Amino acid sequence: MPVPAHHPVDILRFNTCGSVDDGKSTLIGRLLYDSKNLMEDQIEALERSADITGGGQINLANLTDGLRAEREQGITIDVAYRYFATPKRKFIVADTPGHVQYTRNMVTGASTANLSIVLVDARQGVIEQSRRHTCIASLLRIPHLVIAVNKMDLVDWSEERFIEIRDQFEEFLPRLDMKDVKFLPMSALNGDNVVDPSPKTPWYTGPTLLGHLESVHIGSDWNLSGFRLPVQWVNRPNNPTDPRLHDFRGFSGQIAGGIVKVGQKVMVLPSGLVSRVKEIWTYNGPLQEAFCPRSITLVLEDDIDVSRGDMIIGPDNLPGASTELHAKVCWMHPRPLQRGRKYFLKHTTQTVQAVVTEIEDRINVSTFEPEPDAPELALNDIGEIRLKASKPLIFDGYATNRLTGSFILIEQGTNATVAAGMLFPPTEAVKPEYTDFSI
Amino acid sequence: MNSYHLDHLQYLETEAIHVMREVAAEFERPALLFSGGKDSICMLRLAEKAFRPSDIPMPFLNIETGHEFPELLEFRDRRAKELGSKLIVRTVDDAIARGLATASTSEISRNRLQIPVLLGAIEEFRFDCCIGGARRDEEKARAKERFFSFRDGFGQWDPKNQRPEIWNLYNARLSPGENMRVFPLSNWTEMDVWEYIRREKLEVPNIYFSHERECFRRGGQWLPIPPPHSDNGQPDPYAGARPKPNEKRAKLIVRVRTIADMISTGMIESRADSVDDIVAEIAAARVTERGTRADDKSSEAAMEDRKKAGYF
Repeated sequence: MPVPAHHPVDILRFNTCGSVDDGKSTLIGRLLYDSKNLMEDQIEALERSADITGGGQINLANLTDGLRAEREQGITIDVAYRYFATPKRKFIVADTPGHVQYTRNMVTGASTANLSIVLVDARQGVIEQSRRHTCIASLLRIPHLVIAVNKMDLVDWSEERFIEIRDQFEEFLPRLDMKDVKFLPMSALNGDNVVDPSPKTPWYTGPTLLGHLESVHIGSDWNLSGFRLPVQWVNRPNNPTDPRLHDFRGFSGQIAGGIVKVGQKVMVLPSGLVSRVKEIWTYNGPLQEAFCPRSITLVLEDDIDVSRGDMIIGPDNLPGASTELHAKVCWMHPRPLQRGRKYFLKHTTQTVQAVVTEIEDRINVSTFEPEPDAPELALNDIGEIRLKASKPLIFDGYATNRLTGSFILIEQGTNATVAAGMLFPPTEAVKPEYTDFSI
Repeated sequence: MNSYHLDHLQYLETEAIHVMREVAAEFERPALLFSGGKDSICMLRLAEKAFRPSDIPMPFLNIETGHEFPELLEFRDRRAKELGSKLIVRTVDDAIARGLATASTSEISRNRLQIPVLLGAIEEFRFDCCIGGARRDEEKARAKERFFSFRDGFGQWDPKNQRPEIWNLYNARLSPGENMRVFPLSNWTEMDVWEYIRREKLEVPNIYFSHERECFRRGGQWLPIPPPHSDNGQPDPYAGARPKPNEKRAKLIVRVRTIADMISTGMIESRADSVDDIVAEIAAARVTERGTRADDKSSEAAMEDRKKAGYF
């Protein structure tokens, strides 16, 4: 089996979305099957269930539909994660359900993706679900999009039909600000253009789906401008035996943006205190520099007050700092969002309280038009809201930085995660009190 | 690849360290489940990377079925000592003696019996979070589980009502009595685990490497012959797990690919006696890791049912 054993490769995370019966699970099953990533006992289990329920036909969807109710109802309830590898890359797949009521799971699966595959049934063309999924992919700023026109065998591999569907998408794609969109004709059931090129589409000259997944450039998907370290945990050894550690005070966290170097100036927000990087501590020894998204421990020159929830930043591309927040949210809970309600808001490593001061609009996902004066946002609604937080957030616009521009809302009392939020850029950057901070 | 790019192991590592630090920061009384198996060995290294030069800010917890490979227990105890961490062990036998668990005569595996023992330990030490080494690639029900997996007051997992998990923002909030299971290795595959063991030069118990062992054939697998029963007046803990006269016995060169306990771990015939060999063997493998686990073969939904009831 062609698994990379001796050389490092990178990871591409993608999710599949589409309506019920568009063949998402079948597609993932096909990718695993044709790229020889399925094992004999998995194939055996498939064959066993085929004998019982499928009248002898192997159902590739059974590979990903893991819960009993899913197999019984033939639907996908929750995000299923799958893993496979080729010599070129490792893949993490989030198989996200198409049902309207489970759109929140698509947001879950897509939030960490480099690439989204939107499946469309060639017979049906663009339907509301296709628009919704494309809209969510654009909202979440997934860098790469693949429109997989599936079940092409059922429209006689018609190039005209393929172009028709592409045109349907291209009518609304310009409004969505997606930079990299690829259209692909395929049949997941029969394996055409999934791993192997299909002889039935001589008019299609592009790569197969796997070929595209293996080669799409993801090197620049992380933000490398503007250093951000949300402090996760203050590292202070108790009674260390090593005397050099008596005064050790490190600030641990995962770099959420940019690059940090030993000796450079940094500022701690919201306090505004300034220091220099004395050491980038890691278990494997000190580093001269570190970049997003590495997990590190920073030691500063000066003994200044820093705690979890603070953000250590570099001197360029300053973030905003405000209690007034403007964001797009995807509502994920049956109890709707209402103006005046108070929630916990988790942003980077801090949790604050926040009250919804305004619901500005609700996006109609069929037309992508904002509808003003929405009284509330219901489950699966996307809208623009304003919040007032109990403490200032140190943040960037979501379009600039997915990690410092995102938050979740948590309902008080039940602790349910009720919303995913994406911040608009700050109206002004934080103003350093110390003029010597700028270079 | 430019220099500001993580390879797959570095990516999985930074993700897991982030998860572990969130646990340390968000929970009052977390514990780290450490069995001595390969996945939990990786977790210990990740904990060192997350928290050093400080101490790992949580005790280790292990739930013994009473059927463990002795090599594993020795390794577990030694590693905890080397790292200066407190190790808490609770056993199925003890729980049976105290009436917390009841052994069923028809069921040989003690997997199900670990559930009340784990829940008892959580209650005894008031743990609000247990970090476990489960991976999503192991099994279909696990493939659906979150990094932060919420358990209600009865320790139950409700797969249809999981908290959405978006970006790297984990909702760790609990009400009294509830707790969280956290899985930093969610996105790791079996291959990733071994590649990480190789890169980090981690020590693993020697039963992972090929050795000679007496086995017997049952259910299409080679199972290890349990240690002899010391006729001490107590019932044989391995009753039911000993070869019957009609079952074939053989001395074989074997190793374990995944470790449950002695009665549900199938041995695989293998000559792999280094981590490099194991990586090569897995690359060429034609069955999944759990294909050698008797406990998952009982039904398609065996793991789902155990997890709903509070299993790891």
